[in-house]
Amino acid sequence: MLKMTNIYKTFNPDTVNEKQVLKGLNLELEDGDFVSVIGGNGAGKSTMLNMIAGVHYPDLGSITLDGEDITKLPEHGRAKYLGRVFQDPMMGTAANMEIEENLALAYRRGQKRGLSWGITKEEKELYVENLKMLDLGLESRLSSKVGLLSGGQRQALTLLMATLKQPKLLLLDEHTAALDPKTASKVLELSEQIINANSLTALMVTHNMKNAIQYGNRLIMMYEGRIIYDVSGETKKSLHVSDLLEKFEKASGGEFANDRMILS
Amino acid sequence: MSIMGIVMAIFGAASQGLTWAILALGVYLTFRILNFADMSCEGSFALGGSISAVLMVNHQWNPFITLLIAILAGMAAGFVTGFLHTKLKIPAILSGILTMIGLYSINLRVMGQANTSLIGQNTIISIFKGLLPEAKALGIKDSTLQTWVTMGVGLVCILGVIAILYWFFGTEIGCCIRATGNNENMVRAQGVNTDKMKILGLILSNGLIALAGALVTQSQGYADVSMGVGAIVIGLASIVIGEVILHKVKNFAAKLMSIVIGSIIYRIIIAIVLQIGMDTNDLKLLTAVVVALALSVPVLKKKKGTLRREGN
Ligand SMILES: Nc1ncnc2c1ncn2[C@@H]1O[C@H](COP(=O)(O)OP(=O)(O)OP(=O)(O)O)[C@@H](O)[C@H]1O
Ligand SMILES: [Mg+2]
Repeated sequence: MLKMTNIYKTFNPDTVNEKQVLKGLNLELEDGDFVSVIGGNGAGKSTMLNMIAGVHYPDLGSITLDGEDITKLPEHGRAKYLGRVFQDPMMGTAANMEIEENLALAYRRGQKRGLSWGITKEEKELYVENLKMLDLGLESRLSSKVGLLSGGQRQALTLLMATLKQPKLLLLDEHTAALDPKTASKVLELSEQIINANSLTALMVTHNMKNAIQYGNRLIMMYEGRIIYDVSGETKKSLHVSDLLEKFEKASGGEFANDRMILS
Repeated sequence: MSIMGIVMAIFGAASQGLTWAILALGVYLTFRILNFADMSCEGSFALGGSISAVLMVNHQWNPFITLLIAILAGMAAGFVTGFLHTKLKIPAILSGILTMIGLYSINLRVMGQANTSLIGQNTIISIFKGLLPEAKALGIKDSTLQTWVTMGVGLVCILGVIAILYWFFGTEIGCCIRATGNNENMVRAQGVNTDKMKILGLILSNGLIALAGALVTQSQGYADVSMGVGAIVIGLASIVIGEVILHKVKNFAAKLMSIVIGSIIYRIIIAIVLQIGMDTNDLKLLTAVVVALALSVPVLKKKKGTLRREGN
């Protein structure tokens, strides 16, 4: 469904800060793939997701989604296909607006906005239903400002917003990294639950190798702007953290896995 | 001064506050809702005044129609600022300053001189006043009647503007504009073109501000090319005074109303310090200091370690 072909990306070209981040990246996703993405700091994981979302455009290469070429589509133009949750809990929601207003914005993702009311009565019932599923007590706080919520609550809400209108592809970029371990695992479980319930296709970046092995049907490892390891099915399930570390060491020519990668 | 004199001075200040309140509402749209410090408002305020005055004096247009033209002209100015910022990637402040400076020349061209007097012209104030009995017949001074009519006209305009804003910011587009000022990233992720939302917000704001300029011109009886100088700070002063006094209000319409009250209080404060003997030339400095202090309240509170998570 998603096909990234030969993607190159250099930031700040022709300056001292020139940084080639993606170097001929290829990735193809099947419908229903739930892929965990691992790799060291600066490997280009976020950049890859940002290419898909249209935050940055590739210098070279093409991206198609269900056969449609989206390489040059602006960020807001392709949002209708994508659900996104970011590492920073502040990024996915509007803090000064109410929970229901945030949900209403997400419910209309990719639709033309007009002069009808920004939020209707029927919708509110739908939101209550969905918030109940999160099991965080948010269903009784529809008109609270999102800024009053904790990081975990905000991330769960963002997750709900990303999937309220079913996306073709869900992009999760270290969406639990800023949360405490307990909240993180709760949000992770919620993610899996929502992905399974709606049979979503998803890319989930994580630094936690245990999680990367535990969740999803496929795992890819990135190193210096390329995918260096791609497993799925039974092989993936039987992986151990040590296998991944070994892979990483081999790829990086004996360099030790960095702290964040070992952290698991 | 007699008690009556003081009361009249306060009413005079209040009527001024009401006509200037629409400016403050316009500034609120950009400064608070869009999170965009829009300097072009200084130019569009004078633009509204100039256009309204010239159309009435040189072309004998109906004063009401000139208000509409003023709004359209202000909207165009807002569009220019938005275009400079979003499409040409010029920083927000600079975009506004460029429009403001450009408008100074345009306003001079519009009027062909630095100011235009409305003496002997029918204005919306005089038209409404004409519908009422003579001041003498009511047993009050003519200037008193003038003040009352100005207040009435100002109030009606404000209620209209607030009703429209309340409706608009409850619509889908309105919600997107609010969210854009809050978290652009999130809005784009929801498939909304944030450039469009910013341009729209600036158009709306500058349209309102030009309307305010036209209203002020008609009520004070002249337009001046420099009437917009300091408009943004006057608008901000009204906003922060309103916010400080009515910091508990949550409802959007009530928030807008608190700005109107802020604008009235600002004018009353000005009237009082002038009575006390402050030099008119020092007013802008006083206003700037008040706004700077009010805007630094969150930082000062934080220093004292009392800043709680802001829900608003
Ligand atoms: N907008 C940008 N401008 C310049 N350089 C950038 C930009 N975005 C990313 N980079 C650089 O590109 C490289 C890859 O960044 P990216 O965020 O994709 O890494 P990552 O794999 O997500 O790493 P992490 O695990 O730390 O999140 C980094 O060196 C980063 O500094
Ligand atoms: Mg990253």
